[in-house]
Amino acid sequence: MSEPQQKLIHTFSALADIGQEVAHKYNFHEMIRTSFHLLLGSLAIMRGGIARYSRLGNELNFLAVRGLGDDFPVSTSIDPADELEFLSAGMSPIELSQAKMLIFFQQYQPIVEKKGIELIIPMIVHDELVGLVMLGEKASGEPFNSADRAIVQAMARHIGVGIYQRNLMMELERKAEQNRRMYEEMRLTYADTVKSFAAAIDYKDKYTEGHSVRVGKYSELIARQLDWSDERIEGVAVAGYLHDVGKLTVERNIINSPQRIDAKESAELNKHPAVGYEILLPIHHPYTDVPLAAKYHHERLDGRGYPDGLSDNEIPYIAKIVALADSFDAMTTNRPYKARRPANEVVEDLQRNSGKQFAPELVTALCEGMLSELEGTSKDRSFRKLLGREYMEASEMVPMLKDILNGINATGPLTLIASH
Amino acid sequence: MNLENHVRLDGNTAVVYANEYLNKIMGERIERECRDRIASGCSRLMVSFRDTEIVNSIGISILLGVIDAASDADTEVLFTDVNDDIAHLFETLGLTRHAQIVASLN
Repeated sequence: MSEPQQKLIHTFSALADIGQEVAHKYNFHEMIRTSFHLLLGSLAIMRGGIARYSRLGNELNFLAVRGLGDDFPVSTSIDPADELEFLSAGMSPIELSQAKMLIFFQQYQPIVEKKGIELIIPMIVHDELVGLVMLGEKASGEPFNSADRAIVQAMARHIGVGIYQRNLMMELERKAEQNRRMYEEMRLTYADTVKSFAAAIDYKDKYTEGHSVRVGKYSELIARQLDWSDERIEGVAVAGYLHDVGKLTVERNIINSPQRIDAKESAELNKHPAVGYEILLPIHHPYTDVPLAAKYHHERLDGRGYPDGLSDNEIPYIAKIVALADSFDAMTTNRPYKARRPANEVVEDLQRNSGKQFAPELVTALCEGMLSELEGTSKDRSFRKLLGREYMEASEMVPMLKDILNGINATGPLTLIASH
Repeated sequence: MNLENHVRLDGNTAVVYANEYLNKIMGERIERECRDRIASGCSRLMVSFRDTEIVNSIGISILLGVIDAASDADTEVLFTDVNDDIAHLFETLGLTRHAQIVASLN
Protein backbone atom coordinates (compact mmCIF):
# COMPACT_ATOMS: atom_id res chain seq x y z
CA MET A 1 0.00 0.00 0.00
CA SER A 2 1.39 3.39 -0.96
CA GLU A 3 1.97 6.07 1.68
CA PRO A 4 -0.82 8.42 0.53
CA GLN A 5 -3.27 5.50 0.38
CA GLN A 6 -2.47 4.38 3.91
CA LYS A 7 -2.76 7.93 5.19
CA LEU A 8 -6.08 8.37 3.42
CA ILE A 9 -7.51 5.14 4.85
CA HIS A 10 -6.33 6.11 8.33
CA THR A 11 -7.93 9.56 8.22
CA PHE A 12 -11.15 8.35 6.62
CA SER A 13 -11.49 5.65 9.28
CA ALA A 14 -11.17 8.40 11.89
CA LEU A 15 -13.80 10.46 10.10
CA ALA A 16 -16.18 7.49 10.00
CA ASP A 17 -15.51 6.71 13.66
CA ILE A 18 -16.17 10.27 14.74
CA GLY A 19 -19.53 10.30 12.93
CA GLN A 20 -20.52 7.12 14.72
CA GLU A 21 -19.25 8.48 18.00
CA VAL A 22 -21.36 11.62 17.78
CA ALA A 23 -24.46 9.73 16.67
CA HIS A 24 -24.40 6.93 19.20
CA LYS A 25 -22.60 8.00 22.36
CA TYR A 26 -24.96 8.91 25.16
CA ASN A 27 -22.20 10.02 27.52
CA PHE A 28 -21.35 13.52 26.30
CA HIS A 29 -17.96 13.85 27.96
CA GLU A 30 -16.83 10.44 26.73
CA MET A 31 -17.99 11.40 23.25
CA ILE A 32 -15.88 14.57 23.44
CA ARG A 33 -12.80 12.73 24.70
CA THR A 34 -13.07 10.01 22.06
CA SER A 35 -13.69 12.54 19.29
CA PHE A 36 -10.72 14.55 20.50
CA HIS A 37 -8.46 11.49 20.24
CA LEU A 38 -9.83 10.68 16.79
CA LEU A 39 -9.23 14.25 15.65
CA LEU A 40 -5.66 14.42 16.95
CA GLY A 41 -4.86 10.87 15.88
CA SER A 42 -6.21 11.22 12.35
CA LEU A 43 -3.35 13.51 11.31
CA ALA A 44 -1.05 12.81 14.27
CA ILE A 45 -1.49 16.26 15.75
CA MET A 46 0.68 16.68 18.81
CA ARG A 47 -1.55 18.92 20.91
CA GLY A 48 -4.79 20.82 20.95
CA GLY A 49 -8.10 21.42 22.66
CA ILE A 50 -11.87 21.35 22.19
CA ALA A 51 -13.97 24.08 23.79
CA ARG A 52 -17.72 24.52 24.12
CA TYR A 53 -19.21 27.97 23.76
CA SER A 54 -22.23 28.98 25.78
CA ARG A 55 -24.15 32.04 24.63
CA LEU A 56 -25.42 32.42 28.18
CA GLY A 57 -22.60 34.56 29.56
CA ASN A 58 -20.55 34.19 26.36
CA GLU A 59 -18.42 31.57 28.05
CA LEU A 60 -15.87 29.38 26.36
CA ASN A 61 -15.01 26.24 28.31
CA PHE A 62 -12.39 23.75 27.23
CA LEU A 63 -13.71 20.21 27.55
CA ALA A 64 -10.60 18.38 26.38
CA VAL A 65 -7.02 19.65 26.21
CA ARG A 66 -3.74 17.91 25.49
CA GLY A 67 -0.19 19.14 25.61
CA LEU A 68 -1.03 22.78 26.34
CA GLY A 69 0.40 22.84 29.86
CA ASP A 70 -1.10 23.19 33.30
CA ASP A 71 -1.34 26.99 33.06
CA PHE A 72 -3.60 26.88 30.01
CA PRO A 73 -6.81 28.84 30.82
CA VAL A 74 -9.61 26.31 30.43
CA SER A 75 -12.35 28.89 30.72
CA THR A 76 -12.74 32.36 29.31
CA SER A 77 -15.34 34.70 27.89
CA ILE A 78 -15.74 35.60 24.25
CA ASP A 79 -16.31 39.15 23.14
CA PRO A 80 -19.44 39.55 20.93
CA ALA A 81 -17.17 41.01 18.24
CA ASP A 82 -15.11 37.79 18.28
CA GLU A 83 -18.28 35.73 18.03
CA LEU A 84 -19.15 37.63 14.85
CA GLU A 85 -15.65 37.00 13.50
CA PHE A 86 -16.03 33.28 14.15
CA LEU A 87 -19.42 33.22 12.50
CA SER A 88 -18.08 34.99 9.44
CA ALA A 89 -15.21 32.47 9.25
CA GLY A 90 -17.92 29.83 8.80
CA MET A 91 -15.93 26.84 10.09
CA SER A 92 -12.91 27.59 7.93
CA PRO A 93 -9.75 27.08 9.96
CA ILE A 94 -8.35 30.37 11.22
CA GLU A 95 -4.58 30.76 10.97
CA LEU A 96 -2.64 31.90 14.02
CA SER A 97 -1.81 35.21 12.32
CA GLN A 98 -5.54 35.94 11.86
CA ALA A 99 -6.40 34.74 15.37
CA LYS A 100 -4.12 37.39 16.86
CA MET A 101 -6.69 39.98 15.79
CA LEU A 102 -9.34 38.45 18.06
CA ILE A 103 -9.92 40.04 21.45
CA PHE A 104 -10.27 36.79 23.41
CA PHE A 105 -7.03 35.52 21.94
CA GLN A 106 -4.87 38.01 23.87
CA GLN A 107 -5.22 35.77 26.91
CA TYR A 108 -4.04 32.73 24.97
CA GLN A 109 -1.39 34.25 22.75
CA PRO A 110 1.72 33.57 24.90
CA ILE A 111 0.83 29.96 25.63
CA VAL A 112 -0.41 29.28 22.12
CA GLU A 113 2.77 30.61 20.58
CA LYS A 114 4.88 28.64 23.04
CA LYS A 115 3.00 25.42 22.38
CA GLY A 116 2.84 25.88 18.63
CA ILE A 117 -0.92 26.08 18.03
CA GLU A 118 -1.38 26.46 14.28
CA LEU A 119 -5.12 26.41 13.62
CA ILE A 120 -8.31 27.54 15.31
CA ILE A 121 -11.53 26.09 13.89
CA PRO A 122 -14.86 27.61 14.94
CA MET A 123 -17.63 25.04 15.28
CA ILE A 124 -20.80 26.49 13.81
CA VAL A 125 -24.11 24.64 13.64
CA HIS A 126 -27.27 26.27 12.28
CA ASP A 127 -25.53 29.66 12.21
CA GLU A 128 -24.71 29.35 15.88
CA LEU A 129 -21.23 29.25 17.39
CA VAL A 130 -21.13 26.14 19.57
CA GLY A 131 -17.41 25.94 20.26
CA LEU A 132 -13.97 25.87 18.77
CA VAL A 133 -11.07 23.54 18.18
CA MET A 134 -7.42 24.51 18.62
CA LEU A 135 -4.84 22.37 16.87
CA GLY A 136 -1.08 22.32 17.26
CA GLU A 137 1.65 21.07 14.96
CA LYS A 138 1.62 17.67 13.31
CA ALA A 139 4.04 15.00 14.50
CA SER A 140 5.51 14.99 10.98
CA GLY A 141 6.43 18.66 11.32
CA GLU A 142 4.76 19.35 7.98
CA PRO A 143 2.34 22.26 7.72
CA PHE A 144 -1.40 21.58 7.37
CA ASN A 145 -2.14 21.31 3.65
CA SER A 146 -5.55 21.92 2.07
CA ALA A 147 -6.57 18.23 2.38
CA ASP A 148 -5.61 18.25 6.07
CA ARG A 149 -7.68 21.38 6.60
CA ALA A 150 -10.68 19.82 4.89
CA ILE A 151 -10.37 16.74 7.11
CA VAL A 152 -10.09 18.62 10.41
CA GLN A 153 -12.89 20.92 9.32
CA ALA A 154 -15.17 17.92 8.62
CA MET A 155 -14.29 16.33 11.95
CA ALA A 156 -14.84 19.59 13.81
CA ARG A 157 -18.25 19.84 12.14
CA HIS A 158 -19.18 16.40 13.54
CA ILE A 159 -18.02 17.36 17.03
CA GLY A 160 -19.94 20.64 16.72
CA VAL A 161 -23.12 18.68 15.96
CA GLY A 162 -22.49 16.60 19.07
CA ILE A 163 -22.13 19.76 21.17
CA TYR A 164 -25.20 21.29 19.54
CA GLN A 165 -27.26 18.18 20.34
CA ARG A 166 -26.05 18.32 23.93
CA ASN A 167 -26.99 22.02 24.14
CA LEU A 168 -30.46 21.22 22.79
CA MET A 169 -30.86 18.43 25.30
CA MET A 170 -29.79 20.72 28.16
CA GLU A 171 -32.19 23.39 26.95
CA LEU A 172 -34.99 20.81 26.85
CA GLU A 173 -34.13 19.66 30.36
CA ARG A 174 -34.07 23.30 31.54
CA LYS A 175 -37.46 23.94 29.93
CA ALA A 176 -38.87 20.73 31.40
CA GLU A 177 -37.68 21.81 34.84
CA GLN A 178 -39.19 25.25 34.30
CA ASN A 179 -42.51 23.64 33.29
CA ARG A 180 -42.41 21.35 36.29
CA ARG A 181 -41.97 24.36 38.59
CA MET A 182 -44.75 26.26 36.84
CA TYR A 183 -47.02 23.25 37.15
CA GLU A 184 -46.18 22.98 40.84
CA GLU A 185 -46.98 26.67 41.34
CA MET A 186 -50.26 26.28 39.45
CA ARG A 187 -51.10 23.22 41.50
CA LEU A 188 -50.51 25.16 44.72
CA THR A 189 -52.56 28.08 43.41
CA TYR A 190 -55.34 25.66 42.51
CA ALA A 191 -55.16 24.07 45.96
CA ASP A 192 -55.33 27.50 47.62
CA THR A 193 -58.30 28.46 45.43
CA VAL A 194 -60.09 25.24 46.33
CA LYS A 195 -59.49 25.84 50.03
CA SER A 196 -60.79 29.41 49.68
CA PHE A 197 -63.92 28.02 48.05
CA ALA A 198 -64.31 25.52 50.86
CA ALA A 199 -63.98 28.32 53.39
CA ALA A 200 -66.58 30.35 51.48
CA ILE A 201 -68.98 27.39 51.46
CA ASP A 202 -68.49 26.81 55.17
CA TYR A 203 -68.83 30.50 55.96
CA LYS A 204 -72.40 30.37 54.71
CA ASP A 205 -73.30 27.66 57.21
CA LYS A 206 -72.49 28.90 60.70
CA TYR A 207 -73.35 25.54 62.31
CA THR A 208 -71.05 23.46 60.16
CA GLU A 209 -68.02 25.68 60.11
CA GLY A 210 -65.03 23.84 58.72
CA HIS A 211 -67.18 20.97 57.39
CA SER A 212 -65.90 21.09 53.79
CA VAL A 213 -62.29 21.27 54.91
CA ARG A 214 -62.80 18.30 57.25
CA VAL A 215 -64.56 16.26 54.53
CA GLY A 216 -61.59 16.99 52.28
CA LYS A 217 -59.22 15.77 55.00
CA TYR A 218 -61.24 12.63 55.80
CA SER A 219 -61.50 11.81 52.09
CA GLU A 220 -57.72 12.21 51.83
CA LEU A 221 -57.13 9.96 54.86
CA ILE A 222 -59.41 7.24 53.46
CA ALA A 223 -57.69 7.38 50.05
CA ARG A 224 -54.27 7.28 51.71
CA GLN A 225 -55.33 4.14 53.56
CA LEU A 226 -56.20 2.63 50.17
CA ASP A 227 -52.60 3.26 49.02
CA TRP A 228 -53.66 5.58 46.24
CA SER A 229 -51.08 7.66 44.39
CA ASP A 230 -50.38 11.17 45.70
CA GLU A 231 -52.08 12.68 42.67
CA ARG A 232 -55.28 10.69 43.17
CA ILE A 233 -55.24 11.47 46.90
CA GLU A 234 -55.04 15.18 46.07
CA GLY A 235 -57.94 14.73 43.67
CA VAL A 236 -60.21 13.10 46.23
CA ALA A 237 -59.26 15.75 48.81
CA VAL A 238 -60.28 18.47 46.35
CA ALA A 239 -63.55 16.62 45.73
CA GLY A 240 -64.12 16.65 49.49
CA TYR A 241 -63.36 20.36 49.79
CA LEU A 242 -65.82 21.20 47.01
CA HIS A 243 -68.55 18.61 47.54
CA ASP A 244 -71.00 21.16 49.00
CA VAL A 245 -70.25 23.99 46.56
CA GLY A 246 -73.89 23.78 45.42
CA LYS A 247 -74.95 25.03 48.85
CA LEU A 248 -73.77 28.50 47.83
CA THR A 249 -77.07 28.84 45.94
CA VAL A 250 -79.27 27.62 48.82
CA GLU A 251 -80.98 30.23 51.00
CA ARG A 252 -78.96 30.97 54.12
CA ASN A 253 -82.06 30.64 56.37
CA ILE A 254 -82.57 27.06 55.15
CA ILE A 255 -78.98 26.10 55.75
CA ASN A 256 -78.87 27.82 59.13
CA SER A 257 -82.34 26.73 60.31
CA PRO A 258 -82.06 25.87 64.04
CA GLN A 259 -84.81 23.24 63.75
CA ARG A 260 -85.60 20.50 61.28
CA ILE A 261 -86.46 22.01 57.89
CA ASP A 262 -89.82 21.28 56.21
CA ALA A 263 -90.35 19.28 53.01
CA LYS A 264 -90.17 22.29 50.70
CA GLU A 265 -87.00 23.54 52.31
CA SER A 266 -85.61 20.03 52.23
CA ALA A 267 -86.31 19.77 48.50
CA GLU A 268 -84.49 23.07 48.01
CA LEU A 269 -81.52 21.89 50.05
CA ASN A 270 -81.43 18.57 48.22
CA LYS A 271 -80.78 20.36 44.95
CA HIS A 272 -77.27 21.29 46.09
CA PRO A 273 -75.52 18.14 44.70
CA ALA A 274 -76.85 18.73 41.17
CA VAL A 275 -76.17 22.47 41.40
CA GLY A 276 -72.65 21.75 42.64
CA TYR A 277 -72.11 19.48 39.65
CA GLU A 278 -73.21 22.25 37.28
CA ILE A 279 -70.86 24.72 38.96
CA LEU A 280 -67.86 22.39 38.88
CA LEU A 281 -68.36 20.83 35.45
CA PRO A 282 -67.04 23.72 33.29
CA ILE A 283 -63.85 24.01 35.37
CA HIS A 284 -60.75 22.24 34.03
CA HIS A 285 -59.75 20.42 37.19
CA PRO A 286 -56.35 18.75 37.18
CA TYR A 287 -58.12 15.71 38.69
CA THR A 288 -60.96 13.67 37.25
CA ASP A 289 -64.40 13.14 38.73
CA VAL A 290 -64.46 16.17 41.06
CA PRO A 291 -67.88 17.27 39.68
CA LEU A 292 -69.21 13.69 40.01
CA ALA A 293 -68.22 13.61 43.67
CA ALA A 294 -70.29 16.75 44.25
CA LYS A 295 -73.27 15.32 42.38
CA TYR A 296 -73.36 11.89 43.98
CA HIS A 297 -72.10 12.35 47.51
CA HIS A 298 -75.62 11.75 48.87
CA GLU A 299 -76.14 8.51 46.98
CA ARG A 300 -76.27 5.23 48.95
CA LEU A 301 -75.18 1.72 47.99
CA ASP A 302 -78.74 0.44 48.58
CA GLY A 303 -80.17 2.97 46.07
CA ARG A 304 -82.02 5.05 48.69
CA GLY A 305 -79.91 8.15 48.24
CA TYR A 306 -80.38 11.21 46.07
CA PRO A 307 -80.43 12.93 43.56
CA ASP A 308 -80.65 9.90 41.22
CA GLY A 309 -81.12 6.94 43.55
CA LEU A 310 -78.06 5.19 42.10
CA SER A 311 -76.97 1.88 43.57
CA ASP A 312 -73.52 0.46 44.38
CA ASN A 313 -71.73 0.03 41.03
CA GLU A 314 -73.51 3.01 39.49
CA ILE A 315 -72.03 5.39 42.04
CA PRO A 316 -68.62 6.85 41.07
CA TYR A 317 -65.98 5.59 43.49
CA ILE A 318 -64.82 9.07 44.43
CA ALA A 319 -68.41 9.93 45.43
CA LYS A 320 -68.50 6.90 47.73
CA ILE A 321 -65.40 8.16 49.54
CA VAL A 322 -66.73 11.70 49.88
CA ALA A 323 -70.12 10.34 51.01
CA LEU A 324 -68.50 8.40 53.85
CA ALA A 325 -66.31 11.36 54.82
CA ASP A 326 -69.35 13.67 54.72
CA SER A 327 -71.51 11.42 56.92
CA PHE A 328 -68.65 10.72 59.31
CA ASP A 329 -68.11 14.45 59.83
CA ALA A 330 -71.85 15.05 60.22
CA MET A 331 -71.99 12.40 62.96
CA THR A 332 -68.89 13.60 64.79
CA THR A 333 -69.68 17.35 64.90
CA ASN A 334 -72.43 19.36 66.55
CA ARG A 335 -75.33 20.33 64.28
CA PRO A 336 -78.09 22.89 65.01
CA TYR A 337 -80.65 20.13 65.40
CA LYS A 338 -78.43 17.34 66.61
CA ALA A 339 -75.52 17.13 69.07
CA ARG A 340 -72.34 15.35 68.21
CA ARG A 341 -72.80 11.61 68.65
CA PRO A 342 -70.56 9.65 71.00
CA ALA A 343 -67.74 7.65 69.45
CA ASN A 344 -69.31 4.24 70.19
CA GLU A 345 -72.53 5.25 68.41
CA VAL A 346 -70.61 6.51 65.38
CA VAL A 347 -68.67 3.26 65.09
CA GLU A 348 -71.88 1.26 65.49
CA ASP A 349 -73.50 3.37 62.78
CA LEU A 350 -70.60 2.73 60.43
CA GLN A 351 -70.86 -0.99 61.09
CA ARG A 352 -74.65 -1.06 60.69
CA ASN A 353 -74.60 0.91 57.44
CA SER A 354 -71.60 -0.77 55.89
CA GLY A 355 -72.84 -2.31 52.64
CA LYS A 356 -76.10 -0.30 52.77
CA GLN A 357 -75.07 3.32 52.84
CA PHE A 358 -71.29 3.03 52.75
CA ALA A 359 -68.86 0.88 50.75
CA PRO A 360 -67.52 -1.73 53.22
CA GLU A 361 -63.90 -1.42 52.09
CA LEU A 362 -64.05 2.31 52.68
CA VAL A 363 -65.45 1.84 56.19
CA THR A 364 -62.56 -0.57 56.73
CA ALA A 365 -60.08 2.01 55.43
CA LEU A 366 -61.51 4.72 57.70
CA CYS A 367 -61.46 2.46 60.75
CA GLU A 368 -57.97 1.16 59.97
CA GLY A 369 -56.74 4.75 59.69
CA MET A 370 -58.12 5.61 63.13
CA LEU A 371 -56.88 2.37 64.69
CA SER A 372 -53.35 2.79 63.33
CA GLU A 373 -53.22 6.24 64.93
CA LEU A 374 -54.54 4.98 68.25
CA GLU A 375 -52.17 2.01 68.33
CA GLY A 376 -49.23 4.16 67.26
CA THR A 377 -48.45 2.15 64.11
CA SER A 378 -48.88 5.40 62.18
CA LYS A 379 -47.12 8.64 63.13
CA ASP A 380 -49.95 10.60 61.57
CA ARG A 381 -52.10 12.53 64.04
CA SER A 382 -54.74 13.74 61.59
CA PHE A 383 -57.74 11.97 63.16
CA ARG A 384 -56.78 13.29 66.61
CA LYS A 385 -56.55 16.82 65.20
CA LEU A 386 -59.90 16.55 63.41
CA LEU A 387 -61.90 14.77 66.11
CA GLY A 388 -60.16 16.06 69.20
CA ARG A 389 -57.92 13.98 71.41
CA GLU A 390 -60.54 13.22 74.08
CA TYR A 391 -63.09 11.99 71.57
CA MET A 392 -60.57 9.96 69.67
CA GLU A 393 -59.12 8.34 72.78
CA ALA A 394 -62.46 7.26 74.26
CA SER A 395 -61.83 4.05 76.19
CA GLU A 396 -64.05 1.86 74.02
CA MET A 397 -62.68 3.12 70.70
CA VAL A 398 -59.88 0.59 70.09
CA PRO A 399 -61.90 -2.59 70.87
CA MET A 400 -64.83 -1.24 68.86
CA LEU A 401 -62.66 -0.50 65.83
CA LYS A 402 -61.13 -3.98 66.10
CA ASP A 403 -64.61 -5.50 66.29
CA ILE A 404 -65.80 -3.62 63.27
CA LEU A 405 -62.67 -4.55 61.31
CA ASN A 406 -63.19 -8.23 62.17
CA GLY A 407 -66.86 -8.05 61.29
CA ILE A 408 -66.88 -6.19 57.99
CA ASN A 409 -66.60 -8.31 54.91
CA ALA A 410 -64.53 -5.82 52.96
CA THR A 411 -64.74 -5.94 49.24
CA GLY A 412 -61.60 -7.50 47.77
CA PRO A 413 -59.11 -5.64 45.64
CA LEU A 414 -60.61 -6.95 42.42
CA THR A 415 -63.92 -5.31 43.17
CA LEU A 416 -62.08 -2.16 44.17
CA ILE A 417 -60.43 -1.93 40.78
CA ALA A 418 -63.67 -2.67 38.99
CA SER A 419 -65.37 0.11 40.90
CA HIS A 420 -62.95 2.84 39.73
CA MET B 1 -9.02 -2.90 33.04
CA ASN B 2 -6.10 -4.28 35.02
CA LEU B 3 -2.82 -2.67 33.99
CA GLU B 4 -0.63 -5.06 35.95
CA ASN B 5 -0.06 -7.20 32.86
CA HIS B 6 0.39 -4.17 30.62
CA VAL B 7 3.28 -2.40 32.31
CA ARG B 8 6.45 -3.80 33.83
CA LEU B 9 9.62 -2.19 35.09
CA ASP B 10 13.08 -3.27 33.94
CA GLY B 11 15.54 -1.09 35.82
CA ASN B 12 14.99 2.46 34.67
CA THR B 13 13.00 1.27 31.69
CA ALA B 14 9.22 0.93 31.78
CA VAL B 15 7.86 -1.57 29.27
CA VAL B 16 4.31 -0.95 28.21
CA TYR B 17 2.32 -3.55 26.27
CA ALA B 18 -0.07 -1.80 23.94
CA ASN B 19 -2.64 -4.43 23.14
CA GLU B 20 -6.21 -3.85 21.84
CA TYR B 21 -6.94 -1.34 24.63
CA LEU B 22 -4.71 1.21 22.92
CA ASN B 23 -7.34 1.75 20.24
CA LYS B 24 -10.17 2.50 22.65
CA ILE B 25 -10.92 5.25 25.09
CA MET B 26 -9.70 2.82 27.78
CA GLY B 27 -6.25 3.39 26.30
CA GLU B 28 -6.16 6.67 28.23
CA ARG B 29 -5.30 4.57 31.24
CA ILE B 30 -2.20 3.27 29.46
CA GLU B 31 -1.25 6.89 28.77
CA ARG B 32 -1.80 7.80 32.42
CA GLU B 33 0.26 4.84 33.56
CA CYS B 34 3.07 5.90 31.25
CA ARG B 35 2.91 9.45 32.58
CA ASP B 36 3.13 8.09 36.15
CA ARG B 37 6.19 6.02 35.23
CA ILE B 38 7.81 9.04 33.59
CA ALA B 39 7.01 11.17 36.64
CA SER B 40 8.54 8.54 38.92
CA GLY B 41 11.84 8.82 37.07
CA CYS B 42 11.90 6.23 34.29
CA SER B 43 14.51 7.35 31.79
CA ARG B 44 13.22 5.14 29.02
CA LEU B 45 9.79 4.03 27.96
CA MET B 46 9.40 1.07 25.62
CA VAL B 47 6.03 0.48 24.05
CA SER B 48 5.63 -3.08 22.83
CA PHE B 49 3.21 -3.82 20.01
CA ARG B 50 3.65 -7.58 20.41
CA ASP B 51 -0.12 -8.16 20.68
CA THR B 52 -1.24 -5.28 18.48
CA GLU B 53 -2.17 -5.83 14.85
CA ILE B 54 -3.41 -2.37 13.96
CA VAL B 55 -3.33 1.10 15.51
CA ASN B 56 -6.23 3.44 14.83
CA SER B 57 -6.52 7.21 15.34
CA ILE B 58 -7.33 6.85 19.05
CA GLY B 59 -4.21 4.72 19.46
CA ILE B 60 -2.10 7.29 17.58
CA SER B 61 -3.47 10.07 19.78
CA ILE B 62 -2.69 8.14 22.95
CA LEU B 63 0.85 7.42 21.74
CA LEU B 64 1.27 11.13 20.98
CA GLY B 65 0.20 11.85 24.55
CA VAL B 66 2.91 9.47 25.78
CA ILE B 67 5.49 11.08 23.49
CA ASP B 68 4.46 14.57 24.66
CA ALA B 69 4.79 13.61 28.33
CA ALA B 70 8.13 11.93 27.67
CA SER B 71 9.56 14.90 25.78
CA ASP B 72 8.74 17.24 28.68
CA ALA B 73 10.74 14.94 30.98
CA ASP B 74 13.54 14.09 28.55
CA THR B 75 12.46 10.46 28.63
CA GLU B 76 13.32 8.36 25.61
CA VAL B 77 10.43 6.55 23.91
CA LEU B 78 11.02 3.40 21.87
CA PHE B 79 8.54 1.29 19.94
CA THR B 80 9.22 -2.45 19.74
CA ASP B 81 7.68 -5.55 18.15
CA VAL B 82 6.07 -3.35 15.53
CA ASN B 83 4.65 -5.10 12.45
CA ASP B 84 5.26 -3.67 8.99
CA ASP B 85 1.86 -2.00 8.62
CA ILE B 86 2.11 -0.21 11.93
CA ALA B 87 5.71 0.76 11.26
CA HIS B 88 4.68 2.20 7.92
CA LEU B 89 1.83 4.14 9.51
CA PHE B 90 4.10 5.55 12.23
CA GLU B 91 6.53 6.66 9.59
CA THR B 92 3.85 8.20 7.40
CA LEU B 93 2.34 10.16 10.29
CA GLY B 94 5.70 11.29 11.64
CA LEU B 95 5.70 9.43 14.94
CA THR B 96 9.13 8.03 14.17
CA ARG B 97 10.50 11.57 14.41
CA HIS B 98 9.77 11.36 18.15
CA ALA B 99 10.12 7.67 18.96
CA GLN B 100 12.53 5.20 17.43
CA ILE B 101 11.34 1.76 16.29
CA VAL B 102 13.57 -1.01 17.58
CA ALA B 103 13.45 -4.67 16.70
CA SER B 104 12.52 -6.24 20.04
CA LEU B 105 12.72 -5.80 23.78
CA ASN B 106 16.04 -7.59 23.90
